[in-house]
Amino acid sequence: MAWKAIDRVNAPAEESPSLSEPLKEKIRGFFDRYPTKRAVLIPALHMIQDDHGYVGWKAMEEVAELLEITPSDVFDTVSFYSHFWTHPKGEKVVMACRSISCDLLGADRVLDECKKVLGIGDHETTPDGKYSLMTEECLAACDHGPCLMINEKMHKCVDPANVRKILEDDANDKLDIPRSNLYDGANRTSA
Amino acid sequence: MSEYEKVLLKNVGKPNSRQLATYVEGGGYSGAKRALEHTPDDVIDVVKRANLRGRGGAGFPAGVKWTFLPKDREVTYLCVNADESEPPTFSNRVLMEEDPHQLLEGILIAGYATQATVAYLYMRAEFTEQYHIMQKAIDEAYEAGYFGKNILNSGYSLECYIHRGAGAYVCGEETGLIESLEGKRGWPRIKPPFPAIQGAFGKPTVVNNVETLANLPHIVNRGADWFLGIGPEGSSGPKLFCISGAVKKPGCYEGAMDFSVRELIESDRFGGGMRDGLKVKAVMPGGISMGILTADELDMKMDFSDPAKYGLLGLGTASAIVIDDRTDIRQVLRNVARFFAHESCGQCTQCREGTSWMYKMTNRVERGLGRMQDIELLGEIPAKMGMMPGLSICGLSDGAAFAISTIVEKFRSELEDYVRNENDDAVRIALEIAN
Ligand SMILES: Cc1cc2nc3c(=O)[nH]c(=O)nc-3n(C[C@H](O)[C@H](O)[C@H](O)COP(=O)(O)O)c2cc1C
Ligand code: SF4
Ligand code: FES
Repeated sequence: MAWKAIDRVNAPAEESPSLSEPLKEKIRGFFDRYPTKRAVLIPALHMIQDDHGYVGWKAMEEVAELLEITPSDVFDTVSFYSHFWTHPKGEKVVMACRSISCDLLGADRVLDECKKVLGIGDHETTPDGKYSLMTEECLAACDHGPCLMINEKMHKCVDPANVRKILEDDANDKLDIPRSNLYDGANRTSA
Repeated sequence: MSEYEKVLLKNVGKPNSRQLATYVEGGGYSGAKRALEHTPDDVIDVVKRANLRGRGGAGFPAGVKWTFLPKDREVTYLCVNADESEPPTFSNRVLMEEDPHQLLEGILIAGYATQATVAYLYMRAEFTEQYHIMQKAIDEAYEAGYFGKNILNSGYSLECYIHRGAGAYVCGEETGLIESLEGKRGWPRIKPPFPAIQGAFGKPTVVNNVETLANLPHIVNRGADWFLGIGPEGSSGPKLFCISGAVKKPGCYEGAMDFSVRELIESDRFGGGMRDGLKVKAVMPGGISMGILTADELDMKMDFSDPAKYGLLGLGTASAIVIDDRTDIRQVLRNVARFFAHESCGQCTQCREGTSWMYKMTNRVERGLGRMQDIELLGEIPAKMGMMPGLSICGLSDGAAFAISTIVEKFRSELEDYVRNENDDAVRIALEIAN
């Protein structure tokens, strides 16, 4: 067996997007809510992920500068939370609840059906970049298990037989109530 | 079970219950107005006399907690705990979705009583719809002068901001929440110092649950005696109960703390009985962290004191999962063990290692590869991991311990039978995995 070493010295740096000026401005808009700049980190990460689809290395460095902390402080926080990801995911992230109430009401059959329809496994993304699939702990809608969340939209009492229909619906991640754009990125166009 | 007139959920189902106008029409914000006409100490006093015990899980009296704040403080923060991640709990969700202004009025009253300058509403990331609803309500409240500078000409000022979490159960623990608010990983802090002395940003801080605060407008308006008149001594006041699983009417209900788990399942006011002719096998009545009851223990009262008599950690979030007789207890055991292994924050060795070790064993047991020794260990490890023996930093480890040890203790013979009878299959499965 031969070793295949990674040439880290000459490897091209990983490409990832920078923070746009409007995004930075939006982040600065949170400064007067907290007594420290570091406390703006989690709101900022939400906004960055909304704009870029993930929190890349470059964004981590730049937000560190903006908040006057080190990039490793930022990475420390990013890596702790399961809702921030450091690499691109699908346009829509499907989160299937796996906790006790949903489990006893057949969450595994819903998850299997998602895997079948999307053709991917847990924590994978479809080749066209449209969908990622994840399992999650209790989504606080146990009275309506099994639950699936697609981006912002909660799907309740999901019957495995309906999973295909849900996943084929273009509007399956849209809320039908007025939204607040406070935590959105600066580039989001749809209201 | 006594007659009960809804308090916390009285606006649920009303058209436009989320709107400020509807809330005010029904007498909303009159409690806050009344509070602002009195001194902060008067407000603390009535809450103390009402003995409003925290609804977030620990049951600590809210009024007493507020008196721990140092007298000479300049800045105080109020953190509202809407992290609601304990399976299978969803009562805070209902309160925020259906009646956001009731919570905001509670925040204003608690803020005034503690002389807080900023209130942070810490909402878990998965509360998406609820976040948009709450933000809209906060905007409305600011516009009407219930937040901001010099509220209703009282001279008191309070800002109210939503801080969204990012997916971590442990951020529901009050000091984990504070760390997360500060932009850090949600690692709970060693106590003391308690948040009341040194909390968010090093300043005196009060952390209260959503449901606890939703009670305040009613206490201020109707008085401590009214509150004490509901339910048994030591467990007074309106309370929300969640029920899910194998019942006809899963949902969030309101009542006094004066009925049993059996009534919660059977009564038409609550669960409406078992569905499809199923029978109860077990119930976890206070969220999974509190532990499990067998079908013979359904007389347990849903109040603050009875759960301990049944070997449970407490009333917890008063949210019951009803497990039916077709369910394999190994599935429940494994699911619960996985939850804690996934959510342990990893600071304390025995919590980090203990929860994953237990998950490995329960996984083995479920797949028919269990050993008698696993069951022994599943009984033994929990006794050596929690805050109770003084070993860990936060209560997550105690939750894991109670959940797993009560299941193993109370369903031991069933688990042992599986292990005894499935050993032949185990070899086959082991071979299948190996190939
Ligand atoms: C692991 C863990 C998770 C918790 N999660 C929550 C939660 O989601 N919501 C909550 O209100 N309290 C939660 N608590 C309890 C809080 O630490 C704290 O006691 C509570 O928010 C205080 O509010 P209360 O006195 O109004 O009940 C949790 C505690 C632990 C140990
Ligand atoms: S007990 Fe567990 S969850 Fe709590 S601080 Fe320790 S390791 Fe983290
Ligand atoms: S168990 Fe699935 S939402 Fe609570």
